[in-house]
Amino acid sequence: MSGASRASSHTAGLTERSSTAIRVEGISKTFDTAAVLHDLSIDVRAGELLGLLGPSGSGKTTLLRIIAGLDAPDRGRILFGDDDATGLAVQERAVGFVFQHYALFKHMSVADNIAYGLNARRRAERPARPEIKRRVGDLLDLIRLSGFGDRYPSQLSGGQRQRVALARALAVEPRVLLLDEPFGALDAQVRKDLRRWLREIHDRTGQTTIFVTHDQDEALELSDRVAVLDRGRLEQVGTPDEVQEHPASATVMKFLGDHVEVEALAEGGRVLVRGRETPVAAPSGTIGPVKLYVRPWQLQLAEPEAAHLSGTVRSSYRSQGRQRIEVADDQGRVLAVEDFDGIRYPAGHPVGLRINGGHVFG
Amino acid sequence: MAKTPRRTWTFRRPSVIPGFGLSFGYTLTCLGLIVLLPLAGLVAKASGLGISGIWEVATDPRVSSALRISFGVSAVAALVASSFGFLVAWVLTRYDFPGRKLVDAAVDLPFALPTAVAGIALASLYAPDGFLGAPLARLGIQAAYTPVGIFIAMVFIGLPFAVRTVQPLIAEIDKEIEEASATLGASRFATLTKVVLPPLIPAVLTGFAMAFARGVGEYGSIIFIAGNLPYVSEIAPLLIVIKLSEFDYGGAAAIATIMLGISFLTLLAINLIQAWSRRRFGYV
Repeated sequence: MSGASRASSHTAGLTERSSTAIRVEGISKTFDTAAVLHDLSIDVRAGELLGLLGPSGSGKTTLLRIIAGLDAPDRGRILFGDDDATGLAVQERAVGFVFQHYALFKHMSVADNIAYGLNARRRAERPARPEIKRRVGDLLDLIRLSGFGDRYPSQLSGGQRQRVALARALAVEPRVLLLDEPFGALDAQVRKDLRRWLREIHDRTGQTTIFVTHDQDEALELSDRVAVLDRGRLEQVGTPDEVQEHPASATVMKFLGDHVEVEALAEGGRVLVRGRETPVAAPSGTIGPVKLYVRPWQLQLAEPEAAHLSGTVRSSYRSQGRQRIEVADDQGRVLAVEDFDGIRYPAGHPVGLRINGGHVFG
Repeated sequence: MAKTPRRTWTFRRPSVIPGFGLSFGYTLTCLGLIVLLPLAGLVAKASGLGISGIWEVATDPRVSSALRISFGVSAVAALVASSFGFLVAWVLTRYDFPGRKLVDAAVDLPFALPTAVAGIALASLYAPDGFLGAPLARLGIQAAYTPVGIFIAMVFIGLPFAVRTVQPLIAEIDKEIEEASATLGASRFATLTKVVLPPLIPAVLTGFAMAFARGVGEYGSIIFIAGNLPYVSEIAPLLIVIKLSEFDYGGAAAIATIMLGISFLTLLAINLIQAWSRRRFGYV
């Protein structure tokens, strides 16, 4: 992985460099009778940027908090490198944690916030004053807030506060950086800028990073690998391309974007819709009625004799070079089609739709 | 004023709520009639004695010892009330235990209790043969009829002020702040002293000021337990009452004016410290 090669040039606090920075082993957690995590295991590679993606209530934040030591698992182990960290207190884990709502110390200046973790160390391990000052200066440069050291958090914008929170977490040179919905409280434009900037920082420092998000775009854009969680279970881990091209389950498919469910039939290794063959291969051993999941861009307008589905155009509009056509099929469902040929159809025009791809889950 | 092109200061700001003139006038009238007029009358009465007359009253050994007791014991009592009050507020907001609501309600009792009732209760409790007074006496501590008794009464009536001023702020503490501190490697003690407590300092100071002001002005709950021995356990408000019963209105007004002046200076000082700590420890 490119993440691992980046990490090898980086010298963090790990004594033994193994390709697995953090191993989550069979973690289960129950809050009041409601189970949030079921026997969840995942390996985090050194130097990678791992996105934990899932709908709210999927347990992703709980998993992050368990790795940080802010919550204790009911069962299972957390390994940092080869060391069992399950029993370690938060303070001993050397993780950097960034909260959705920044959690900055409002009564301290930006510089004091960033220096907090260094100042909190025991005297023997604490860097000398000028050294702390130098590191705070470097971090202020990194988050592009040089000259803001004397300000107070209340004088900063949301995006600036989150950058300070990140610098504060990086200051202690953590083994892993944990970000809990880091851009959740920010508006769209700031989010976008911060995403790109976080990616840059990660590429520069090679810091092993796990971040939690419920935003697919964010996860797919930022991550080296994405872990999709649903109802406390790990559905799939893989690169953004892998999870998009080969979703492991209907849940992953559904969660990663718009889709249409089509009744289909598996026969002879192929998937048929209304008796017409589609290019989709059926999973081996699957015979009989199945559900075919199709992305908007896998549907194409077609002549009735070549079409798998038929319906009438409800509306169409063009956005960023793509034509998006909404078609109501004969059952009244609305399907979205993405098309590039630019033909405009009036509403009510009958059209046929051809399926060019899709996924069937066994 | 408002119409000059250089708008340095505007008397009123645009608002969707009407009636600024009326409400502002009403506020000034009430403040004037209820607060400023009596104080002015007091100062006018005392000024009949002249500066030298007031100085003479102030330097009278009995008066000056009463003032020392009133302000000194109030300060110590307010200190104790605000530190214990902080603990009470902390426990009541941070922990859940059976009977928490009852304890929380009991904090207000010193507010609600007629001061004479509180005074009699404290006096009988701490009398040398009382429920608490007897064991204390065996330890060689005499509470009733000494400044210790005054101190106890002042802590009693000051406690609710100290608790109620910090309680809402403790409830507002963001748990993530503490977690952030812990992830950065800070010990629990460091988290408490560097992250949790500093933002509470302005509120603690407010509680201190209120407990102090209440202690200085308290009369009913103190006189029964204090024993009122001149030079030992006589408080200034009592001395005013004594002067009044001797028809020495000028002397009473002089003591009152001195108390007014000291109280004003003390509260001013506390307010300045508070303003500084707000700046230092931010927002609130």
